[in-house]
Amino acid sequence: MLLFIVRRIGTMILTMIVVSILLFLTLEFNSENVAVKVLGPYSSPESRAIWLEDHGYNDALPVRYGRWLGNFIVGDFGESIRFKTPVAKVLLPRLKNTAILAGVTLAIVTVLGLTFGILAGMNEGSMLDRVISITSIITTSIPEFASAVLLTAIFVFYLDLLPGTSGMTDGFDPIQLVLPVMVLVLYDFGYVARMTRASMAEVMMTHYIRTAVLKGLPYKTVILRHALRNALIAPFTVIMLQINWLLSGVIVVEFFYAYKGFGALLLEASLNQDIFLIEACAMVAVFVAVATQTISDLGYTYLNPRIRFS
Amino acid sequence: MSDITAGIPRKEPAIIQWLKAFALIRESIVGMIGAGIVIFWVSVAILADVLAPFPPNSTLRPLAFPGQELVLPAGQKLANQPVEDICAQIYENKSPTSTYNCGTFWLGTDHIGRDILSRIIYGSRTVLFYAPLATLAAYIVGIVMGLAAGYLRGWADDVLSFVSNVILSFPVLVLYVIIIATVGASGLNIVIAIVFASAPGIMRIVRGLVLDLRNREYVFAAQTRGEGIWRIMLVEILPNARGPLIVDSCVRIGYVTITIGVLGFLGLGLPPPDPDWGGMINETRQMAMTFPHMTVFPCFAISSLVLGFNLLADGLREVSLRD
Repeated sequence: MLLFIVRRIGTMILTMIVVSILLFLTLEFNSENVAVKVLGPYSSPESRAIWLEDHGYNDALPVRYGRWLGNFIVGDFGESIRFKTPVAKVLLPRLKNTAILAGVTLAIVTVLGLTFGILAGMNEGSMLDRVISITSIITTSIPEFASAVLLTAIFVFYLDLLPGTSGMTDGFDPIQLVLPVMVLVLYDFGYVARMTRASMAEVMMTHYIRTAVLKGLPYKTVILRHALRNALIAPFTVIMLQINWLLSGVIVVEFFYAYKGFGALLLEASLNQDIFLIEACAMVAVFVAVATQTISDLGYTYLNPRIRFS
Repeated sequence: MSDITAGIPRKEPAIIQWLKAFALIRESIVGMIGAGIVIFWVSVAILADVLAPFPPNSTLRPLAFPGQELVLPAGQKLANQPVEDICAQIYENKSPTSTYNCGTFWLGTDHIGRDILSRIIYGSRTVLFYAPLATLAAYIVGIVMGLAAGYLRGWADDVLSFVSNVILSFPVLVLYVIIIATVGASGLNIVIAIVFASAPGIMRIVRGLVLDLRNREYVFAAQTRGEGIWRIMLVEILPNARGPLIVDSCVRIGYVTITIGVLGFLGLGLPPPDPDWGGMINETRQMAMTFPHMTVFPCFAISSLVLGFNLLADGLREVSLRD
């Protein structure tokens, strides 16, 4: 088990390093380009040359990468071209905001997805199962930007219940979080529900559940004590991997509702070619994705006794 | 010889086998609804020239609500033709010039006066051209990678699996945004970005299927006959992996449709003015509070198409699990 953990973490670090090399090569391979992006398209060739010299861009590529990586690890991501401040200073508050948005969403997705999935999987083929399955297909078919438009039209335009933007200009306001969370939940919970349903339906077909039912255990006990324990192993992985999807979703939702979060920052950085900010954002996104994947792998192994004890 | 082979049905061409696997959809109601939606949009795209009441890019009347009519005085031009030639005359008494009714904005117009219905109709061409194209390209790359990794094993497998793990570790949209922002937005670049981001996922599925199929007897038989590795991979193994791949391709084409929409919505999609649904939503969403028709109808369009693909996939999955 320990060896497995070490190997998984090793793979994670290796993946991060390869990603960082790819990112570095994509954005900083051509140092002339970096100078143009930092100093602007109308800067003189002399000033670009001086800037490149000052910032060590005349060194060989591997040296530059090594220094970049070193700075990165200690949290020095360079200075944002657009915001004219250190990247870390821009990034951290944004990450906090996105953590709130994603955390609330994930909690609701987990509760809704598991509840509906279990209810549907318990009675495969029943009316409830059909309704839940069809609903989850429909909700996952509506892209986030479309559901954002539709929900905004309903709750802001027709019902006038909720604010249409989530800029949080006067401090943190939970009401402004409602629509973004609703959009993300709507898109994401269906997948969790479907996966939970499949897992639950599979468990309900097993012999040990049939035995439990036949020996006269109350149905509630069969579900809670026997079925759920095995049925929830697969959804655990699905929910962890959902974080990867959420990172995509927050870009759209934060852009739509002008929420000052990480996704909107990444988009802004990309549209403005703010390379140091792109690098930092991308590495954070990949770190979160890879870390959750590692945790889900380890968790899956831990939860599944057939793997744990072999 | 003929007596021995008489009872064995002739092997059908590969394309017929794939089509037959696809035709099983008629056994599933959900799948048939999905197929119906997809066929509807495909017909709309093909017949766009006939169906669209107005040219998609011409500015006719800004901010018209659904149901308003386009009434033009004589002498004006519509799509480079005098209105007298193409529109119905409505009255000609009071004013010196007569007036013509050139049609109804069934879904209204956008902020610069383009007909929403016509743009949705022509936009279906854009999405139904790029989504299948990108998915097909991603499948070709992914299948080749997956066959190589699963059948050859060894270092090819290690390298391909690691590369795909690295790419899949990116949150998809982060990857798209970075790629498109770096190389610029164009139809070709969108296809390339989609191939880059989707091929590893396809490769994983194909690899898993091949790992199972490579130990079947007919593969050993082919190896004994001395068939080349590409022939074994493409002719012996690939057709037997078609079931899961057909289901996956329907789901994936839905995701690609969403992706193209999202990129358009984020302003990273196809360059204007040609209509694409995501771009239409992005251009008009600032006015969605006052003129909801501008954004809501393209949303219905893209959601219904994705729903069609997803229902189709669900139906195919249901049918394939049945036997």
